[in-house]
Amino acid sequence: MLAGPLSLPETFAFDAAAPRRGEMARADLRDGFASWRLAWALARLDLRNRYRGSVIGPFWMTLSTLLMLVGLGLLYARLLGLSLGEYLPHLTVSLVVWNVIAGMVTDACTTMTTAEGVIRQLRVPFTVHALRSVFRNGLTAAHSLPLIPIVFLAFGHLPGPEAVLALPGLALLLLNAFSASMLLGMICARFRDIGPIVANVMQLAFFLTPILWKPELLKDAAVWLPLNPFYAVLETLRGPLVEGHAGGLTVWVAAILYSALLGGLAYAFFVRFRGRLAFWV
Amino acid sequence: MVQIEAQGLRVEFPLYHLGARSLKKRLLARAAARVRTDESNRVVVSALRDLDFRIASGERVALIGRNGAGKTTLLRSLAGIYEPVGGRLLIEGSVGSLIDPAAGMDHDSTGRENVRLRALYRNLDPDAQDVLEKEVADFAGLGEFMDVPIKSYSAGMSIRLAFAIATAMQPQILLMDEWFMAGDAAFMEKAEARLANLVSGADILVIATHDMTIARRWCTRAIHLDAGQIVADGPVEPVIEAMLAQG
Repeated sequence: MLAGPLSLPETFAFDAAAPRRGEMARADLRDGFASWRLAWALARLDLRNRYRGSVIGPFWMTLSTLLMLVGLGLLYARLLGLSLGEYLPHLTVSLVVWNVIAGMVTDACTTMTTAEGVIRQLRVPFTVHALRSVFRNGLTAAHSLPLIPIVFLAFGHLPGPEAVLALPGLALLLLNAFSASMLLGMICARFRDIGPIVANVMQLAFFLTPILWKPELLKDAAVWLPLNPFYAVLETLRGPLVEGHAGGLTVWVAAILYSALLGGLAYAFFVRFRGRLAFWV
Repeated sequence: MVQIEAQGLRVEFPLYHLGARSLKKRLLARAAARVRTDESNRVVVSALRDLDFRIASGERVALIGRNGAGKTTLLRSLAGIYEPVGGRLLIEGSVGSLIDPAAGMDHDSTGRENVRLRALYRNLDPDAQDVLEKEVADFAGLGEFMDVPIKSYSAGMSIRLAFAIATAMQPQILLMDEWFMAGDAAFMEKAEARLANLVSGADILVIATHDMTIARRWCTRAIHLDAGQIVADGPVEPVIEAMLAQG
């Protein structure tokens, strides 16, 4: 017999009259992040199982992004009257980052419902399921990332030292992905209509966000762009990499504000409804 | 001290996604004792109603009663999965639950990979993982099948693996559903010895069962649940007799 950490004495006290929701939510987050290895292993399993038997596996994502880049790049550079050298670096970064955002948001909706079997049988921090979703999408995205340096090199577009600023942008993106996985994962478990709504919103957002088009093309109206949260988050990564500037103060303030808002909302929701989640899935 | 104490424990299942209003009406129209609407107009099933009990160290408790009496729900509440909506629950001691043998298994992974995965679910350190892997491989006796994806296992092989994984730890409080009674005869002999070991090592055993021989053999106390309430609680034999007499 094995005497693992499970045999250490632990106390579980619950009083419905004084549920200590905040404390239990924080414990869930703490334990969840402490078991990041589990989330990582599960994410890798997901990826392996999804592409089981496929020859190039997750590189299908890379290939489809590449095809989109070539097709849309040639067409839209022409439509917008831009040279390929101007347009393609912009499109590459935008499209790769957008695929990450869209993938994470869509996946966030099924974070908890796909873990139903585990949630109803084992006591595992809910945070683990959200981390799993973030890791899985991060791994998928990593397969498309090489496209960015390839296109940059092909068109001789070398970002300056400001490119380092893309790192905090990336951190912001991951933070948002985690918050979204928690919040949408819970809401979609309770209300099954939210998933399709989110998918629709993301499709609309793809066209409303400067991905295919450049923000400058809006001329005066460009000042309104930071109202679009997707633009703010996208620009914190694209600005440093493509335009060679930090993205502007407005963009950063907006991005941080939106992230704080989403994080706060997710936390509040988690504190309030963590105990109900096992009944929802 | 290892103990379980429940005071006025109440668990309710909300029935979400009740599509048609007519279904809701029909459910409620039958004047059922356990289905009702709560204050926010949701249909809820009272799975456990105001349970009071205390299980002290050394007790072996059988939860008996009909299907739907609330046995598994009570096990899940004790395991910390279902949060009660009312009352208090205090659990002192490490809890090991053998509720669903397949919980957390990945069907595309091999037996060995699943053991590793379970070790991660339990937050074991790498050394303990190795020990667990060896233990399970020895006990399950699957041989080369340890390195084959478990979706190609027969039902008996799955049970053996699940049983080996689930029973490789020694918790202070052992919660069990009666699924473990499946498996071929040779394996059951081995399983019995191991179960006996596990049960005698645990401070508290709570087992949900329909099989009175299991209750008589392993337990010192029986709690008879019906419709989410405790009907009788006491030494095994009188409780079982009262239940059988009642039909």
